[in-house]
Amino acid sequence: MAGELSGILEHVDRISGLDLDGVEPTAHVVALENVLRADDPEPSLPRDRALEQAPDAVDGAFRVPSPQAQ
Amino acid sequence: MTSEALELTAAEAVRRIETGELSADEYSDAWAQAAGGDELNAFLWRADPEQPPVIAAAGPAADAQLRGVPIAVKDLFCTEDIETTAGSRILEGYRPPYTATAVRRLGEAGALLLGKTNMDEFAMGSSNENSGYGPVLNPWDRGRVPGGSSGGSAAAVAGRLAPCAIGTDTGGSIRQPASLCGIVGLKPTYGAISRFGMVAFASSLDQCGPLTRDVTDAALLLRAMEGHDRRDSTSVGVEGGVELPSREDLAGLRIGVARDFSHHAEGVEPGVAETFERSLRTIEALGATIEEIELPHAEHGISAYYVLAPAEASANLARYDGVRYGLRVNGDRDLITMYERTRARGFGPEVKRRIMLGTYALSSGYYEAYYGSAQKVRTLIAGDFDRAFTACDLIVTPTSPSVAFELGARTADPLAMYLSDYFTVPMSLAGIPAISIPAGLAEPPEGGTPLPVGLQLTAPAFAESRLLDAAYALERSLEPLPAASSQGASATGDPAEGRIPPGAAGSGGGT
Repeated sequence: MAGELSGILEHVDRISGLDLDGVEPTAHVVALENVLRADDPEPSLPRDRALEQAPDAVDGAFRVPSPQAQ
Repeated sequence: MTSEALELTAAEAVRRIETGELSADEYSDAWAQAAGGDELNAFLWRADPEQPPVIAAAGPAADAQLRGVPIAVKDLFCTEDIETTAGSRILEGYRPPYTATAVRRLGEAGALLLGKTNMDEFAMGSSNENSGYGPVLNPWDRGRVPGGSSGGSAAAVAGRLAPCAIGTDTGGSIRQPASLCGIVGLKPTYGAISRFGMVAFASSLDQCGPLTRDVTDAALLLRAMEGHDRRDSTSVGVEGGVELPSREDLAGLRIGVARDFSHHAEGVEPGVAETFERSLRTIEALGATIEEIELPHAEHGISAYYVLAPAEASANLARYDGVRYGLRVNGDRDLITMYERTRARGFGPEVKRRIMLGTYALSSGYYEAYYGSAQKVRTLIAGDFDRAFTACDLIVTPTSPSVAFELGARTADPLAMYLSDYFTVPMSLAGIPAISIPAGLAEPPEGGTPLPVGLQLTAPAFAESRLLDAAYALERSLEPLPAASSQGASATGDPAEGRIPPGAAGSGGGT
């Protein structure tokens, strides 16, 4: 995989030959202004429903292994 | 009756159902039966023909423009309580608690869910060979790829397993498989259709769109799906809505062709180049003028894309960590081991490759050189299109440099695979709409049965109506392709049978 990644990066490096001085970066292509909704509480996904697909859920929360090695 | 119904476009079927010439039940039964005979590994899940799931309550009759039409949905779209894998083993068995807005809107227009289609894992690929559930076979020649990443959707429509389908396009994932399978594929303007409920790959590029038998059906599906959605702040819809196309000619239109970004580009197969030149003559015969334009930075599209898309993907895919849904491996060990083993086993090689590329491009010390520069190249490419559209109304290119290639031909060389999207990536970077329509058949370079070639038309942002109108006029003048199933499969026997890994076709199949 290392060889493949090098080949891809070599191709990507072609852009280093371009004169990019003074060019603005584009993060998003459509000119938009953010729209905020009114800050009114409304129902969202019920907790049980959100936990349904978890590999391990307990007491209304996701359970994960301890960060400490056992 | 059955086989005749399968030959209708969705628009024509809806018309006949409305007038009573066609029974809605018989129509959907015929498609359920067709999808049930999938030998292409196009579907990962199929609805129970006796009890197709209700996607959403259909709206008022006047809005139900897709009433009774079964639709194949790429498995990247969340469907409530129906397995959604994004082609990945890490999401095997995942049943989302909600339905994607695009799918819900199709349901509100009266459409039925026919099945979920196979795809490259997390939409990363151009051949469908990166699926965690086995490759999809091209209905024109089962020894060849259908393109990707929406390969299941394209193969299902071309192979007469579905009347129409939806997919997603991040750098060509609708247009390229449409081209390789000989059907119509539309990538709308970024923001035309909500991304809510679409499993995220590269959020600034991902866009949903239709894969259909003809241009009118593409317009019909776009019309049902487009619009602002409060759940996707980047969705704006298509201003003025989408009209069904009706244009008979191209009189007065200026069609741009960039010399270095057309049939003369390096790596374009002779058959593709010849078909493209024929299309240019058809365009002129329809009354348009061909304008020479320049897209000097388009050739750098692939380089910029393979920084930006993996960078966004590496962030988006951080969520698959064995905590909230999907696979968990070694949950009895410590947290970091669980994370590492889960991702090592759940992701396929291409996904790992892109996560590594993306995290590398975003890492301290390399960020400016890679991500920063790629964002600037994106500006230059968008600027090329802006300037070009002052001199022309639409731009045409081949959709793909090649016809469908053989299974395995590019799997050992990721860069060769990436270059399959040479003509489709720049439009994604610029966020502008583009459509691939079948332009004819051409022999592959090594000879053999002729295979479909696509023509790509590109328009300025939100000029979908102009794009569809021109594609419609052209579609009626270009030679119609024969049905795929009467070509490859039956003529050449079934050379690829057995190529699908055991269990792959059935793993998500049935109901």
